Amino acid sequence: MNPIFSVRDITKFYGNQKGCEGVSFDLYPGEVLGIVGESGSGKSTLLNVISGQLEPDQGDVLFDTRHAGMVSTTAMAEPERRMLARTDWAYVHQNPRDGLRMAVSAGGNIGERLMNIGARHYGDIRETASGWMGRVELDTGRIDDRPSTFSGGMQQRLQIARNLVTGPRLIFMDEPTGGLDLSVQARLLDLLRNLVRELGLAVIIVTHDLAVVRMLAHRVMVMQRGQVVESGLADQVLDDPQHPYSQLLVSSILQV
Amino acid sequence: MTDPSDTSLGDTPPEGTHDQDYNFAYLDEQTKRMIRRALLKGLAIPGYQVPFASREMPMPYGWGTGGVQVTSACLVPDDCIKVIDQGADDTTNAVSIRKFFERTAGVRTTEKTGEASLIQTRHRIPETPLEEGQILVYQVPIPEPLRFLEPRETETRKMHALEEYGLMHVKLYEDISSHGHISTAYAYPVSVEERYVMDPSPIPKFDNPKMHQCPAVQLFGAGREQRIYALPPYTDVVSLDFEDHPFTRLRNDGVCGLCGADDTYLDEVIMDDEGTRMFVCSDTDYCATRIEEAAE
Repeated sequence: MNPIFSVRDITKFYGNQKGCEGVSFDLYPGEVLGIVGESGSGKSTLLNVISGQLEPDQGDVLFDTRHAGMVSTTAMAEPERRMLARTDWAYVHQNPRDGLRMAVSAGGNIGERLMNIGARHYGDIRETASGWMGRVELDTGRIDDRPSTFSGGMQQRLQIARNLVTGPRLIFMDEPTGGLDLSVQARLLDLLRNLVRELGLAVIIVTHDLAVVRMLAHRVMVMQRGQVVESGLADQVLDDPQHPYSQLLVSSILQV
Repeated sequence: MTDPSDTSLGDTPPEGTHDQDYNFAYLDEQTKRMIRRALLKGLAIPGYQVPFASREMPMPYGWGTGGVQVTSACLVPDDCIKVIDQGADDTTNAVSIRKFFERTAGVRTTEKTGEASLIQTRHRIPETPLEEGQILVYQVPIPEPLRFLEPRETETRKMHALEEYGLMHVKLYEDISSHGHISTAYAYPVSVEERYVMDPSPIPKFDNPKMHQCPAVQLFGAGREQRIYALPPYTDVVSLDFEDHPFTRLRNDGVCGLCGADDTYLDEVIMDDEGTRMFVCSDTDYCATRIEEAAE
């Protein structure tokens, strides 16, 4: 099997300040990769670089496009990259307010990506939107309500529906469960796990919450000061951490 | 020289001359040159918003400072201009702008659509079909059709450059989902030559089809927002819609109480405090011409 997404030696500096350095990995279809680390460890920088929002100082990002095979997304023309971001890629923000249009109804939010790629039939768009609301366990009767009237957990589920509606193959998630209370987190994680399995999605999930990684990720990368200090199968890293920093991270999980 | 103590604006210089205190048509020649360059660029790229160095004009923003600058840059002494405001020739805005050009350019003015070589309009297109050789100048408040959906100028520019217009349909989707039909009644977005999405200024959507394949030159000036855009003659202008909710013109269901026209855009006029009302043509020249013709 060929990787769907390949990151080679990515380095990003902010002036003298190191963002991340020498990160490489391959991601295969259907695989979930967790990136963990403390605040300031470079995980968000890495996510922004590989999702095309920041330009790397060094290194390359390759994506297996539908028509041309493995293509470097850093060398790609901007229209093409933005097209990719609207179709084959999805980006779930930590704060649903960043990923949703708060002044547009739930149906409009889900339909936007469809209209962006040329859907021009109101009935079809609405039906698809309604179907996706059902899939993320939102009440389809609230299709015309604005996201501002939704709770945090519902907003996050709406954001996920909005992102998945064009059938992306790769999803970037930045702390998708941050800011949600524990029971809502559990429900969201359950939903995500089912969707990822069902649709065979490749996911890169950035988080500081090891429980999220344990539940969703197949593979995990531990970052510290901009560098990957340990990587491996999720259970292996979490049960038997080798690097002192990973050991510290695992031992800091709160027990009830 | 006129007497400096005389501040009345009502004086108009003798026929065929203009107030010598001003350059012809108010603006200086360098400014007109700059605006003409923007107009030519706009005509070369139909629907593209060309930035220009909009000047302060002796009237408030919102009164047509953009339109006046475009008119000023296009005027020649032989021109005959007509100014309309919501279709009417006799409202404050139209009368003031007409007087402004009578005084500063000394051009002939008219209320007849057919006689005018240049028509400056605020929010209507005349009912009488325009002809080749005529120029229609629109006053535009907000030139950016995506502005209320995407507040960032950097982002909307990029969206125009990359033809990312899905968001425009999100607005129409929202209309249908909350009202059952596309409720946008004015400033209805159009696609120009299948490339740029353009705000046709706040004309009623009844007028939208008149822009399509129009033989006249159509120029749009936004003074405060410092943008000019244009439609050369015979340009394809298509109103955006959904396959299952096609574009429809909108007019009040009635006939004009003065001239009896049943195919024009109508204003509703309240007659008394007992609910009596009548519809009249919004285009006063068209209505008056019909009444004259009927009397003959």
